[in-house]
Amino acid sequence: MRLVTAVIKPFRLQEVQEALRSAGVVGMTVSEVHGYGRQRGHTEVYRGAEYRVDFVPKVRIDVVCEDDEADRVVEVVEEAARTGKIGDGKIWVVAVEELVRVRTGERGAAAL
Amino acid sequence: MLRYNSGDTAWVLASAALVLFMTPGLAIFYGGMVRRKNVLAMLMQNFVTMAIVGLAWVWFSYSLAFGPDWGGLGLLGDFRFAALSHISGAIPGMAHQSVPQLAFVAFQMMFAVITAALLTGSSADRLGFAAFCIFVLVWSVVVYDPIAHWVFSPNGWLAKKGTEDFAGGTVVEITSGVSGAALALVVGPRRGWPRELMRPHNVPLSVLGAGILWFGWFGFNAGSALSAGRAVEAFINTNTSTAAALLAWLVVEKLRDGRPTTLGAASGAVAGAVAITPACGFVNTVGATVIGLVAGAACALAVSLKFKFGVDDSLDVLAVHGVGGFIGTLMVGLFGVSAVSGANGLFYGGGFALLGRQALAVLVAVSWAFCATAAVAWAIHKVVGMRVGPDEELAGLDVSLHEESAYDFEAMGSGGVSSRAFITGPEARPAAGKD
Repeated sequence: MRLVTAVIKPFRLQEVQEALRSAGVVGMTVSEVHGYGRQRGHTEVYRGAEYRVDFVPKVRIDVVCEDDEADRVVEVVEEAARTGKIGDGKIWVVAVEELVRVRTGERGAAAL
Repeated sequence: MLRYNSGDTAWVLASAALVLFMTPGLAIFYGGMVRRKNVLAMLMQNFVTMAIVGLAWVWFSYSLAFGPDWGGLGLLGDFRFAALSHISGAIPGMAHQSVPQLAFVAFQMMFAVITAALLTGSSADRLGFAAFCIFVLVWSVVVYDPIAHWVFSPNGWLAKKGTEDFAGGTVVEITSGVSGAALALVVGPRRGWPRELMRPHNVPLSVLGAGILWFGWFGFNAGSALSAGRAVEAFINTNTSTAAALLAWLVVEKLRDGRPTTLGAASGAVAGAVAITPACGFVNTVGATVIGLVAGAACALAVSLKFKFGVDDSLDVLAVHGVGGFIGTLMVGLFGVSAVSGANGLFYGGGFALLGRQALAVLVAVSWAFCATAAVAWAIHKVVGMRVGPDEELAGLDVSLHEESAYDFEAMGSGGVSSRAFITGPEARPAAGKD
């Protein structure tokens, strides 16, 4: 099994979610995160004082899938998250050793 | 036999309630500008000021500020009205007043409350709670009550010299602004200031707070007429100046920073209301507009001065209330017009006489507020220590002082109630049974 993690622009979340559902992905975990890459942050001004905000809000999506589905999941997320502008985010894939469905105790791919 | 006018009395009582509401409004205005970890401490300081100064007022402060003059020097009232005794007669020096003295007591109480509450802005995020309570009580009695007597009581020495301060440009605005700066100077800056980011955590709160202040200011200014009939000029001038200052602040921001900001609009409105406070019953529409424009622009420029002087007046009490009060009080000497009330200023053929009296009042208010507040703050700081410890300051005052936090938006540990929905439309609901 693989864990596909994507960090994307917050306003692309709905597109990505719908694309993944169309591709047959049945679950995901999302979290609000902050960070920066090449995009860097932005500035804000309060009463004339300039504040540099380096950590930009992003949404992180975690999807666990079968080994042979990982490339497809990455492609779907990539397509749906892309705006072509700087700050579109990153996707990475890592191997998952074990997976447990808490309710039934199923192990491995059966727990997907 | 005193004859009261029921319309005037009703207006003054309603105004007192309007002005009372300004203090929670100020708390919200300031609460939005502090960091998330300190918002409750800010609200708490303002709320407790309503209680402390409100009680002190009826027990002795009213008597000190408005009681029969002590020795005829015009410096302080005596204790005749302590605990509101002997209060059925006329307000000393105001025999012609058409409202009962108790209505005046209530109205002026709210002024004492909000003036003290303004000091929370300059000293935000670093004072201990007990130390703040002691300070606000002592400050109100030692610093506010005397200057209220000097200017607001007809027996006060500045009032006798012909100072024109309709609703408190000196007593409330200059006093709070300059005292705020003195307090910030004595207790020192917030840990990490100005190196660290301390941006406002909730600007919508600040905008709501400014709106409540704007609303309450009609009571503050027009109520000061102590008559429903004579309140109208002050009422309309309050709105005119507030509107002009709001726009002037935005223009300064557009030219200086490239963007008009929401917090700037809120701050500009407050600056305009501050500046018209001493002038609202003495000027016409031209005067109110110019005062608002000048104050909005000047206060917008003044907010960056604290970085130059290295004094952490955290929420710009000096730059908004001090500078705004200074401008408004002086400009009465330019735009005062006897057709409204009071003396003519320089632009209406009155020469420099009124301007000189206004300048004297400004000088007295600035010197008194700075010296007396610095002395009070220094003494309390030496005896009890005004600041929280470094760990408490870093953790935030909400948890350190009150064992509370303002916002609980976390899903963790809650009953599974979602605060947001990403999915739109019925077709987007997850299909059942796949699990």
